[in-house]
Amino acid sequence: MRYALRRAGFFALTLWTCITLNFLLPRLMPGNPAEALLARFKGRINPAALHALEIAFGVNTKASIWSQYVKYLYNLIHLRFGTSITFFPEPVTHVVLQALPWTLGLIGVTTILAFLLGTLIGIVGAWRRGGWLDSVLPPVFIITSAIPYFWLAMLLIIIFSLQLHWFPAFFNVNPSLTASWNWSYVGDILDHAVLPAASILITFIGGWILTMRNTMITTLAEDYIRMARAKGLPARRIMFDYAARNAILPNLSGFAMSLGFVVSGAVFVEYVFNYNGVGYLLVQALDSEDYPLMQALFLLITVAVLLAILLADIATALLDPRTRAAR
Amino acid sequence: MANLMTMTEPVTTAGGAARAGTQAIGRFWRAIRSNRKAAVGTVLLAFFTLLAIWPSLIAKDPPQADLYKSALGPSTAHLFGTTQYGQDLFSQFVNGTRETLIIAVVSGVLSTFLSVFMGLAAGYLGGVFDLVLNYITDVLLVIPTLPLLIIIVAFLPGSGVPVLIAVLTVTGYSYGARQLRAQTLSLRGRDFLEAARVRGERAMYIVFVELIPTMTSLIVATFLGTAVFNVIAAAGLQFLGIGDPDSLSWGTMLYWAQNNEALQTDQYMWAIVPGVGIALLGAAFALLNYAFDEIGNPALRPVRGSRRSVFRTRRLRVERAS
Repeated sequence: MRYALRRAGFFALTLWTCITLNFLLPRLMPGNPAEALLARFKGRINPAALHALEIAFGVNTKASIWSQYVKYLYNLIHLRFGTSITFFPEPVTHVVLQALPWTLGLIGVTTILAFLLGTLIGIVGAWRRGGWLDSVLPPVFIITSAIPYFWLAMLLIIIFSLQLHWFPAFFNVNPSLTASWNWSYVGDILDHAVLPAASILITFIGGWILTMRNTMITTLAEDYIRMARAKGLPARRIMFDYAARNAILPNLSGFAMSLGFVVSGAVFVEYVFNYNGVGYLLVQALDSEDYPLMQALFLLITVAVLLAILLADIATALLDPRTRAAR
Repeated sequence: MANLMTMTEPVTTAGGAARAGTQAIGRFWRAIRSNRKAAVGTVLLAFFTLLAIWPSLIAKDPPQADLYKSALGPSTAHLFGTTQYGQDLFSQFVNGTRETLIIAVVSGVLSTFLSVFMGLAAGYLGGVFDLVLNYITDVLLVIPTLPLLIIIVAFLPGSGVPVLIAVLTVTGYSYGARQLRAQTLSLRGRDFLEAARVRGERAMYIVFVELIPTMTSLIVATFLGTAVFNVIAAAGLQFLGIGDPDSLSWGTMLYWAQNNEALQTDQYMWAIVPGVGIALLGAAFALLNYAFDEIGNPALRPVRGSRRSVFRTRRLRVERAS
């Protein structure tokens, strides 16, 4: 319990750091880029949007930085992130909420799938030391771990969409279909999700396989494994209940730590596939200099990743009594 | 085997520092000769370094001039074909090596320096230093890098290659710093450091002459890991148009390919070629990294028996062929 509280405290502090960073960045940059930006935007966008930008950047205001900060926090708590410039006059919150379910569905499911599948392959590979799985997979996954995720996405599009015509290449769903809960619509969504999901799966599964295999090999050399064998326990029982159960902990905390990387990779995948999720929105916001949207997305992604890490941490603590006792 | 065991022991005398240096180099050579992963990684890296230093040796065309017909397929005149602008892709690829390699190596080295500094300072000084430095590192470790990079770059006034390197350095050091701090903590109470302290050595001397040499292999591993990450991250950022899209690197080649809809217009080579380069360069660093891991931890090496049988079948095939 104390451990969970400590971790929660750390995450609250991290969250506060991100929120403050988000507030300070436009105000701290050298040469006041915010004013230069506003000058460029003038005449190009609606005066109301311009005003929203001025508030976001803290330009043309007589309020002290402290009262600006308090106001910023107040708006944040009420989920008011201002107005999007690209999708004017839609509020940023609205734009983000439309994209969020797509990303949660695609990235969330794929990440967990990659972790579970990778861990399982790692366990079996280490168990059958010297078998085909163990000798073929590690070198292959060293290569795949060095492949840029967005480029793999492009390759998959070329092969499976443009050449073989097996799957659609772009968008999350066929725009001519109307949204409803019937089979053809849901099937179309799944059809569009196959290639993006595959590119995330292929790039990230290698890491899980290798770390799981390596800790598993170290664990298999322990005395209690030999003891279990000597007792004549069935192989499957030793593999999962004795070895894997102890070896999975480093992999689980590694999973938590790398979630930030996974999400970063997913941004690119969405961009390449024009998959209308949070990552695609982020790149769009960067392209069109939509600062309110960009800042809201940064906070959203950070909060999501922090929550996921916190959950993985608590899971680790539940599985491993040593973590609870340590520190 | 016995040899390896003694080498991983920390060096316990002050005079051992220099020896640790030469040992590290010796270990490196032995690694290349005995470990296939290390050998492949070194050869790849050497090849790309050559391309980066003398691109004109094999690519005669000016890479960014629109000299030829647009969107030609691969041929003997244009090994990889041409871009939509009529630039020779082979020449672009060869000449793009330099910037790609420089970004990866420079940001990797700077990140490693920062990791060593933050990790050692936190671990060795302890107390408030540890609390503050470790907090900064932990925060940077959990924040998703790419969105952070995007909002930093979006607000920065300029965005050339130096900015790219600076941002990658700051966001990429945290993982290494964490490992180095843990290692420092475990070494801090050892006798050889205690002895140096009793001798009355200054803290600077202890850190640079006693502590850092014992962590050489971890520092090398940190550099290699960061380099793999930075090759991909830099290419990704340039792919999004961050940095200077008019400079020539594999990342910017992909940016132009994407912006001209290379996939939709059947110009596959434009998208494939730079990606292969990035993957190979990343793989070179990754292979070296895994090789170092295997040398440090013999249990991870491929099982001997199966490897020998692979050799045997290969030799048989050669004999049959001749």
